[in-house]
Amino acid sequence: MNLQNIFESISQVDPEFNERISPRRQAIRNMFNIGQKVSLAALPFALSALFNKAYGQSAPTDVNGVLNYALTLEYLEAEYYTLGSNRVGLIPSGAAAEAIRTIRDHEIAHVEFLKGVLGSNAVAKPNFDFTAGGAFANVFSDYDTFLALAQAFEDTGVRAYKGQAGILKGNRVVLTAALQIHSVEARHAAHVRSMRRARGGAAANQKPWITGANDSGIGAAVDPVYAGEDNLEQGGVNITTLTGVSGRFTPAIATQSFDEPLTAPAVLDIATLFIEA
Amino acid sequence: MKETNALKDQLYAEESDHTSKGLQRRNFLKLAGGGLAGVALLNFASCAKDDGPDDMNGSGLYFGSGDIAILNYAYALEQLEAAFYIEVANKPFSGMTDLEKQLLTDVRDHEVAHREFFKAALGRGAINSLEFDFSAVNFSSRDSVLGTAKVFEDLGVSAYNGAGWLIKDEQYLLLAGKIVSVEARHAAVIRDLISNGSFANSEVIDGNGLDVSNSPTAVLQAAAPFIKSKVDVRDLPTY
Repeated sequence: MNLQNIFESISQVDPEFNERISPRRQAIRNMFNIGQKVSLAALPFALSALFNKAYGQSAPTDVNGVLNYALTLEYLEAEYYTLGSNRVGLIPSGAAAEAIRTIRDHEIAHVEFLKGVLGSNAVAKPNFDFTAGGAFANVFSDYDTFLALAQAFEDTGVRAYKGQAGILKGNRVVLTAALQIHSVEARHAAHVRSMRRARGGAAANQKPWITGANDSGIGAAVDPVYAGEDNLEQGGVNITTLTGVSGRFTPAIATQSFDEPLTAPAVLDIATLFIEA
Repeated sequence: MKETNALKDQLYAEESDHTSKGLQRRNFLKLAGGGLAGVALLNFASCAKDDGPDDMNGSGLYFGSGDIAILNYAYALEQLEAAFYIEVANKPFSGMTDLEKQLLTDVRDHEVAHREFFKAALGRGAINSLEFDFSAVNFSSRDSVLGTAKVFEDLGVSAYNGAGWLIKDEQYLLLAGKIVSVEARHAAVIRDLISNGSFANSEVIDGNGLDVSNSPTAVLQAAAPFIKSKVDVRDLPTY
């Protein structure tokens, strides 16, 4: 069985499936031609709990695996912003509350979209503990903690999608959709970073882009979120050897200019902190 | 404007039976066109005529084929953005705040870094430097500068999103991914400078929470009014 058969089966149950995963039927046909094979053996895995500790050590290896990996991250974000938005007195009313609602609605839309694409292969939502076992005990009572964790989730999300690009290579529908979600997460990350900057304090110098490794002002707790963001070399070119408007690019500019991917095991290690065993 | 509409309709005819999405994309293009005095698509029409014998004689900058062509396409867009922000930093609009100056200078440096990266990575395969025409932009006007920046950033995001699946080499795809999220951060910042909270509004994000994606053809069409140099994209993968 290949992906086409799976999609056809889904389409029989859900006639609007094609429209939901792509506005263009032609795009679907195109994807089949490219022929990303998904073996039947992969399906039981897709139905099992994604974030078992055992699975936390291994990366997705196929399209469904990537989609379920993405879905789990979107579940996490959707629930986080839903709980935050619902907590009276946490987020200042006005622009801040509005922005968090905007982000929440996108994350919910991502969950629904990915569930629609995966159909019966979608993993169930895990139970989340956003205090991470007490490490962020005030996450829903202290606005700055809430924003800090939001930034960590968004920056992680951007890196997580990037890390799976290889598996989706050449897949017009799924790769394009993943990229379309990925850039939304980056827009969120930039805005949340700006919100934190406006709060001052530890985040007073926060930029919308990532400078070096862990520029968050949150502390070592989020080091894994930013590990490797200090990379200076892109495609064999060390960016600091290139010349910009006023001399060589600084490491700050070199690292801001490129967002780095994060491997699935690294992302899962981060996400597992917030998932109840 | 009739021609503009005809081109738009032709471009998105495929999507015309999916009303909401089709409308959303049309609005995006309209938005892009609006900031550009509505000339974008008309200019492309005249460009399209050049796409014949002239270019076959090698009079345009040839992008190459396959992944090289896509990298040159990205290089061309980064050249456009870099040239624009260099001008913005050189001629700050009236009333530019310190924070705005800092953000726009960072964005300039990122775009120049992207440009220089592509130039270095492409080596002898790189197209020459393009010449640009920013006469439609009033660099002393905050509205004009940020409005144009918004168009460029949203367009850049849609370009990388739409070209990803055309890339054959995994490393190139990853590099595009590393750049597009930075462009998305720029887009969010520019949008928030124009109107706080518009970082990811319904102009660019659809009901599925998906950002805009455009084919190379659609992107080059929108960028055409700003590009003075003649380009030969006959072997650029597109759809």
